[in-house]
Amino acid sequence: MNPAPAQEALHAPLVVEFPFTRSLGPVQSAFLTGLRERTVLGVRAGDGRVLVPPAEYDPVTAEEIRDLAEVGQTGTVTTWSWNPAPRRGQPLARPFAWVLVRLDGADSALLHALDAPGPDAVRTGMRVRIRWAAERKGEITDIACFEPHEGPEGGAEAGADGPGERAQPRAHDGQFPGEAVTGITAPARLDYVYTPGRAQTRYLNALAGHHTLGERCPECRKVYVPPRGACPTCGVATDEQVEVGPSGTVTSFCIVNIKAKNLDIEVPYVYGHIALDGAGLALHGRIAGLPYDQVRMGLRVEPVWAEGGRYPDHYRPTGEPDADYDTYKELL
Amino acid sequence: MNGTVSKEPVAVVGIGQTRHVAARRDVSIAGLVREAAVRALEDAGLTWADIDAVVIGKAPDFFEGVMMPELYLADALGAVGKPMLRVHTAGSVGGSTALVASNLVSARVHRTVLTLAFEKQSESNAMWGLSLPVPFQQPLLAGAGGFFAPHVRAYMHRTAAPDHIGSLVAFKDRRNALKNPYAHLHEEDITLEKVRASPMLWDPIRYSETCPSSDGACAMVLTDREGAGRAPHPPAWVHGGAMRSEPTLFAGKDAVSPRAGSDCAADVYRQAGITDPRREIDAVEMYVPFSWYEPMWLENLGFAEEGEGWKLTESGATELDGDLPVNPSGGVLSTNPIGASGMLRFAEAALQVRGQAGDHQVEGARKALGHAYGGGSQFFSMWLVGAEPPAS
Repeated sequence: MNPAPAQEALHAPLVVEFPFTRSLGPVQSAFLTGLRERTVLGVRAGDGRVLVPPAEYDPVTAEEIRDLAEVGQTGTVTTWSWNPAPRRGQPLARPFAWVLVRLDGADSALLHALDAPGPDAVRTGMRVRIRWAAERKGEITDIACFEPHEGPEGGAEAGADGPGERAQPRAHDGQFPGEAVTGITAPARLDYVYTPGRAQTRYLNALAGHHTLGERCPECRKVYVPPRGACPTCGVATDEQVEVGPSGTVTSFCIVNIKAKNLDIEVPYVYGHIALDGAGLALHGRIAGLPYDQVRMGLRVEPVWAEGGRYPDHYRPTGEPDADYDTYKELL
Repeated sequence: MNGTVSKEPVAVVGIGQTRHVAARRDVSIAGLVREAAVRALEDAGLTWADIDAVVIGKAPDFFEGVMMPELYLADALGAVGKPMLRVHTAGSVGGSTALVASNLVSARVHRTVLTLAFEKQSESNAMWGLSLPVPFQQPLLAGAGGFFAPHVRAYMHRTAAPDHIGSLVAFKDRRNALKNPYAHLHEEDITLEKVRASPMLWDPIRYSETCPSSDGACAMVLTDREGAGRAPHPPAWVHGGAMRSEPTLFAGKDAVSPRAGSDCAADVYRQAGITDPRREIDAVEMYVPFSWYEPMWLENLGFAEEGEGWKLTESGATELDGDLPVNPSGGVLSTNPIGASGMLRFAEAALQVRGQAGDHQVEGARKALGHAYGGGSQFFSMWLVGAEPPAS
């Protein structure tokens, strides 16, 4: 019995980001093309309300709605929340208010940022107007933000910064000069702190010293490599550590002929399932040190460590005779 | 009855799908799901007001980067003021979504349920979504094909299957797709030689033996016995449905023929009173993303003895005119909007027993199996549908 020592779990930042592409469909296409042209379009729902931002389908009747209407560029804050510490990618780098703004002529409110000196300068019911971005390309950020505005709903003095303010929405055909915006890129980024947990930490720390430690299930006696702290079959904790390997048997494999974007490995290479001696299941790794077309099921292999690597760089033949199929057929 | 309350029989009265393609840049995600839903409602002769609840499924949110898309899609699916449920079980999700909807009708929670699944793969990159760089861990050394290829090799070794079986499946499914106007791939000039000559990507899996990446949606309207009586077209009746799961990796896992898959099938056959699936089932729509999975699942689902699945494929039994047609629609190998792929299997099985499969109709099909799996052979969902109501 070799109980697992207590160790602090590893942790590291994990950033997940991707530039998703978005097809807009007819209504969002008109809305974003309009923003590029300093025009805000809503859509008229079956009950006569004008929805801004527009929806493709009626939230009450579920019918398709396509009647576009232009609304004003001034509006009224319907509710708000102060954001004292803006994060990356938010509309303003300095503290600002998140606001819901009902634009003049609209019946629903749009979420955006309000540039205000502090929370004391923001209140529900205050009048605001659009501050357009200098460069507009058909995205919601074409509205840089909102700013405080003195003037009644639909008032003419609101028009200093743009055309078309009116309290009553005006029907619009959604057509604008230039090419319509039909798609956008929506970059997403998520920041995590990742921890593999205590069982994996014990495994990873041992692996750094070139030892492969599994954990044995107290009930079925099978050895999990890598360990996960519990046996998924028996549903009990595993805490008896067992060193496995270093040698093992290739139980199955494939020859990879297409280069993966994020991997610096020349093709073809062999990706295999390797059952380390004493392990209850195979782990996955690259097999090298012989021509790729000579890799076979039953091949005996051992790990090759790269300097400073946390895991074996690959596995190479040991030179032993191949293992009998019967010895590894449960470990494919 | 012995004092127990019987289940409500469940009927599939509406089926709709999009014409699946690599990229639907003309519609939003809402517009895409809407197309399938409207077609299913039209088929059922119903309107939005007739729907009591909506059950929607898709694969991971990372695939399009819209977190909880069901919230944004409520308007498009007429779900405002109604219960809306989201299901997620990786690639099997289309099947398990239909089963959740079916169970709501069967348990008499709701009378008429719209169920729907989708994927708009063109908005992202599924390969990226499945291979996030996890700290401390060795990067995944191969994509989805590379993950499954060693299991295919293990199957070939275990059964001594000859190398050409995988190509036969791909050639069959691509020819079937030519008869299905909704299928993504329509390779008019496909030949067996072309499949065999296609590049080996993850040996033993060739390029032509892999599925495409598609934008698409599938929807069904499920209803109770009374609803079926009002339907304008013959319904398909649910005779059995089940889901099973197991870990992707565990000591003792049989990745070639997972226990969860065979248990799931056995449960469905028990519910449907099937004792000899090979003889009693007229058509099968199974989830075959890589061609070798046809013989593997033929064994796992009890259509062939262990080691004999490839012989069934080789014999031509699984061809459209064979005695056990598999994937008459062209299957996942011809159309793969991931989240919808499982529901397409379920819906195509229902189309067969309704006699509405068009040019890929299996003549006289009375009972059909829809099958889906997902994750690393981790989730399984299946249903068996028939042309007649189940004996109660």
